[in-house]
Amino acid sequence: MAEEYWRWKEYNWHSPDIDWKQAESVTAGVDVGSVSSQAVIMTDGQLFAYSNMRTGSDSPDSARNAMNWAMEETGMTLEDVQYVVGTGYGRVNVPFAKRPITEIACHARGANWMYGPGVRTVLDMGGQDCKAIHCDERGKVTNFLMNDKCAAGTGRGMEVFADLLSVSIEEVGDMSFDVEEEPEPVSSTCVVFAKSEATSLLREGWPKSKVLAAYCSAMAHRVFTLLERIGVEKDFAITGGIAKNSGVVKRLEQEIGFEALKPKHDTQIAGALGGALFAKALLEKERKK
Amino acid sequence: MLANYGYKDGSGEYFITVDTEKCNGCGDCVEACPAKVLEVIEDQYDPIEGDMIASVTDAHRKKIKYSCGPGKPVSNRPPLPCMAACAQDAITHSW
Repeated sequence: MAEEYWRWKEYNWHSPDIDWKQAESVTAGVDVGSVSSQAVIMTDGQLFAYSNMRTGSDSPDSARNAMNWAMEETGMTLEDVQYVVGTGYGRVNVPFAKRPITEIACHARGANWMYGPGVRTVLDMGGQDCKAIHCDERGKVTNFLMNDKCAAGTGRGMEVFADLLSVSIEEVGDMSFDVEEEPEPVSSTCVVFAKSEATSLLREGWPKSKVLAAYCSAMAHRVFTLLERIGVEKDFAITGGIAKNSGVVKRLEQEIGFEALKPKHDTQIAGALGGALFAKALLEKERKK
Repeated sequence: MLANYGYKDGSGEYFITVDTEKCNGCGDCVEACPAKVLEVIEDQYDPIEGDMIASVTDAHRKKIKYSCGPGKPVSNRPPLPCMAACAQDAITHSW
């Protein structure tokens, strides 16, 4: 079988220091996205465990797999989790979730926890869409914009390019800087057209790194025009898989004129993390009644 | 919160913006829209409070340009029916 250059690493993690049995609240967020699914488990508002894997063709299965993988080796079962929030494209298809919450609210809340209350602008570059969000110091959404009409500026587009150029998706960003001078961005923002354009550039003899540079800068610009509409206020944070792609992030930072906050956690779990935080708040609200 | 529903494509920016601070969930805009673009639902972006607010239905979010086309104001045309109906001035659009 041909090598799958687009495939990124799936993994799970849990904190060895937390004894979840002592916790008053055990809540979870499951983010079933278009490309990847994450589950995050929190105990008393602390990050306890998470997993990150590809979404399969079946949303309920993907949700169950992600959740089971996050709970692996922790001794926890689904019954021990008191409140589960589903989010992402497949949010209504998480069978064990008490309620679905839109990923826009979850990403803002997750970024607020991950990066601190100073975050005002969150850019989520996901698998199949791109969201620009403004939030207040509590992580509450104050303004948002979502582009899910096309795949330009998303992880799926980057996967297509990794595959076309036979470059591992994790190396795309760094390789795109391996150029003598920055080429003109590819002219089309559409992934399908950009791929055709890139193919012609390769036939003209462009090295892979130069083609990647041209694509990354087109992607950064595309996302920037989206951000421009709501404005970029400091602090600025990026979530989602593309936050790990330096080729897009650095070019975007240049356009904006300042840097994004450096991630302390995996940027892909922000949505599920926000879901787990909402789950905690909703659980407390329920208990008060 | 300013909720922007719609998209941007090669031909322009098509967004309906609802200011949820101003919207009181009365539903006058829902009645006024001939294309049934709007609905009053629980605020999806603030699930803790969960106020009732006007929002663009999922079915119309990716085709606003066409849904709102017949009411598109070019010089000296009246505002969109939803905007005209809203006593709180909570609705704006980007084109």
